[in-house]
Amino acid sequence: MAKEKEKKQPLPPVAEWAPALALSWLVPGGGHLLLKKTGRGLLLMAAITSMFVCGLMMRGAMFQPESGDLLTTLINTGGFIGDVASGILYLLSQWLGYNQVDMPGAVHDYGTKFLVTAGLLNILAMVDAFDIAVRRKD
Amino acid sequence: MLFSLFTSVVLGVVTKRTDRDRLHYGIYTFVCFFVALFGLGWLMYFGHG
Repeated sequence: MAKEKEKKQPLPPVAEWAPALALSWLVPGGGHLLLKKTGRGLLLMAAITSMFVCGLMMRGAMFQPESGDLLTTLINTGGFIGDVASGILYLLSQWLGYNQVDMPGAVHDYGTKFLVTAGLLNILAMVDAFDIAVRRKD
Repeated sequence: MLFSLFTSVVLGVVTKRTDRDRLHYGIYTFVCFFVALFGLGWLMYFGHG
């Protein structure tokens, strides 16, 4: 029983999906708004921004990329990528001088996780915006 | 709770294709977070005494 392989659809030109992907990183939900998916864009914007703001209010620390042993590199660099993935929220917080030292405490820890998770959720939103832009989904 | 709410909203929006499915899946993941929260709490309580 031979399975017929589905023909892989070629990607549309970069100019079709790159703006939505870039805006989706810069502004959480922005890619969906650009693609005229207003409801979804606003929901994503509200959820991701609220999560980031909660992280700031809980005085979470931002990760800085560090090298060392494997675990240190993974956690700090991965956390940094998660923070940066929030786009303008991260950039604004840095430019306006948010500088919370990593200190022990349950609330600070929660805040740190909220900040990273906001970025990771924005990565999901970016992937969704890309799929909509290349017409894999509506 | 806030974490569960925000994560459920995003997961619901990006994983499903119709508004009805998005809402159902968002509620489903929110309930799963809650069950895990209380379940793990009780597990830790019984484990540590």
